[in-house]
Amino acid sequence: MSKTLVEKIWDAHVVKSEEGFPDILYIDTHLIHEVTSPQAFDGLRKRGLPVLRPKQTVATADHNVPTLNQLLPIKEELSRYQVDMLTKNCAEFGVELYGLGHPFQGIVHVIGPELGITLPGKTMVCGDSHTSTHGAFGAIAFGIGTSQVEQVFATQCLLQSKPKTMKIEVNGELGKGVGAKDIILYIIAKISAAGGTGYFIEYAGSAIEALSMEARMTICNMSIEMGARGGLIAPDQTTFDYIKGREFAPAGEEWDKALAYWKTLYSDVDAKFDSVLTFDAADIAPMITYGTNPGMGMGIQEHIPATGAQPEKEKLSYQKALDYMGFDDDSSLIGKPVDYVFIGSCTNSRIEDLREVADFVKDKHKADNVTVWIVPGSKQVEQQAKNEGLDKIFEAAGFQLREPGCSACLGMNEDKIPAGKYCVSTSNRNFEGRQGQNARTLLASPLTAAAAAVTGKITDVRDLLEKA
Amino acid sequence: MKKFTKLTSAVVPLNIENIDTDQIIPARFLKATTREGFGENLFRDWRYENDNQPKADFVMNNPTYSGQVLVAGKNFGCGSSREHAAWAIQDAGFDAVISSFFADIFKGNALNNGLLPIQVSDEFLAQIFNAVDSNPKSALEVDLENQTVTIVETGAQESFEINPYKKSCLINGYDDIDFILAQKELIAEFEQAK
Repeated sequence: MSKTLVEKIWDAHVVKSEEGFPDILYIDTHLIHEVTSPQAFDGLRKRGLPVLRPKQTVATADHNVPTLNQLLPIKEELSRYQVDMLTKNCAEFGVELYGLGHPFQGIVHVIGPELGITLPGKTMVCGDSHTSTHGAFGAIAFGIGTSQVEQVFATQCLLQSKPKTMKIEVNGELGKGVGAKDIILYIIAKISAAGGTGYFIEYAGSAIEALSMEARMTICNMSIEMGARGGLIAPDQTTFDYIKGREFAPAGEEWDKALAYWKTLYSDVDAKFDSVLTFDAADIAPMITYGTNPGMGMGIQEHIPATGAQPEKEKLSYQKALDYMGFDDDSSLIGKPVDYVFIGSCTNSRIEDLREVADFVKDKHKADNVTVWIVPGSKQVEQQAKNEGLDKIFEAAGFQLREPGCSACLGMNEDKIPAGKYCVSTSNRNFEGRQGQNARTLLASPLTAAAAAVTGKITDVRDLLEKA
Repeated sequence: MKKFTKLTSAVVPLNIENIDTDQIIPARFLKATTREGFGENLFRDWRYENDNQPKADFVMNNPTYSGQVLVAGKNFGCGSSREHAAWAIQDAGFDAVISSFFADIFKGNALNNGLLPIQVSDEFLAQIFNAVDSNPKSALEVDLENQTVTIVETGAQESFEINPYKKSCLINGYDDIDFILAQKELIAEFEQAK
């Protein structure tokens, strides 16, 4: 029978399937971090259970760590306690930890791929909704709650109902100044912040196939922002080339065996999806969000949609969002001054993102009214940036290169945007207060963020690229 | 896990769509390492000013409204997977949340804690909001066994869907770990066959 890619991987991991019950799904790899794991470890202690497969569990500290002076003790007491608790729990239960100071430390969704832990055909979970990032390799990867973290610790399995499948095809060539972040913000704006709920999304089409692995990760990362449990892309030569030689990737005979299996991981030609959507890459402009959910996005030259044009029962929520942002409906954002630019997060903090920004800002300087933070996704990304001299370019441009962590994406540590200030951010969520109480977030690509940094206002990056 | 069978209660109406888990419990409160005490920070930035004074216009600060049922607009619980959102709602005294649409992860987290997410039609949700508008003490009856929710005053009733396995977990107070561990031998068999 023909199967979609999701069905192939899912079916290969079903321990038990019984009518009226969710499937018992085997989990190959469990990634954990300091914020959503302590209560799960506590639960194990209460039940007197071990972590069943500690070698299939990998930990790092990312959500609640400082991004300056990481080797000094964490100043804030609760944060220090939470990070110490992870260290203690990992030691007690025999879980490998890449904590602060370790050369592999970083955002959990950045280190999995760069260490070769993320592989095609795997099932992967983490107590973080952006676990969908790993789907870029053709894995079933999704975010879970803390009770489920405990469940995977205890059983290496999850009770899960098989998701519906959606295919989103993007065909054609992207325009100048348009990248993966713009593709995904465009899709979310088209189908809304809830349009993918209940689905696993497979991204396909010539525009997706042409993307690098890091760009594919940006796409899959934001699947959750339309409500989808996960997103994935069939592995191809780009995928295999990226994985080969990485720290924990299979090698030698194991590589050949793995590769043969990975080459079977694609949706069969006549496989049935529950929903199929198709977009044309040429229609996509640099995107920016104007509201308080990621579905409230538009091409940067467009006007914010009129409140009057919204469905009746959505008008109130819509206007509340614009009031929070301090924007008028039916207005343009071009030229609007910004206060902060944040380049980082599991969406856009990999080396290609930093290279793209460095390439753009070389011989330019940030505007006086803007504070710019660049937070690399991992120690390895940070080191690579320094090896390539990107740190010097950022310094000359007045951009601050910090140390790895989730940082201002969720403002759990001290990296917060002050109340009322505008931040153009390469992260994934523009929710009220996400980057700090009453902070105002505009989501965009690294290039659009860099353009805002240099001009001090919302700018169509294509205008600057043409001048160059 | 906390059991759920039936309840009759007034409701707290929050007619806003796309309420994300950052609103339910902002990230700065996620530093706690236990499950308790999140209720006081539920909807923190909608509920309190920066100086911790309650915001008079927020529904939870209006003594007219109370009850064990939270009623909210569609796509409730979207965004971050933080289970702290379900813990906060429960800790604040709610046993059920009603919306016309729930985000997946929130829904799963709620069910895993004995907090019942009830998905109703847009029309029925509007009926609930209307009933509470005209009488803030208007009560709902939630019956998990029969999978119904009823507006007591008007008698209007709607059925809701719930996975039969999760339903039995809620009624009996079992959780998924108990269920899987009872068949633990299957896991080892699967690993060997791999």
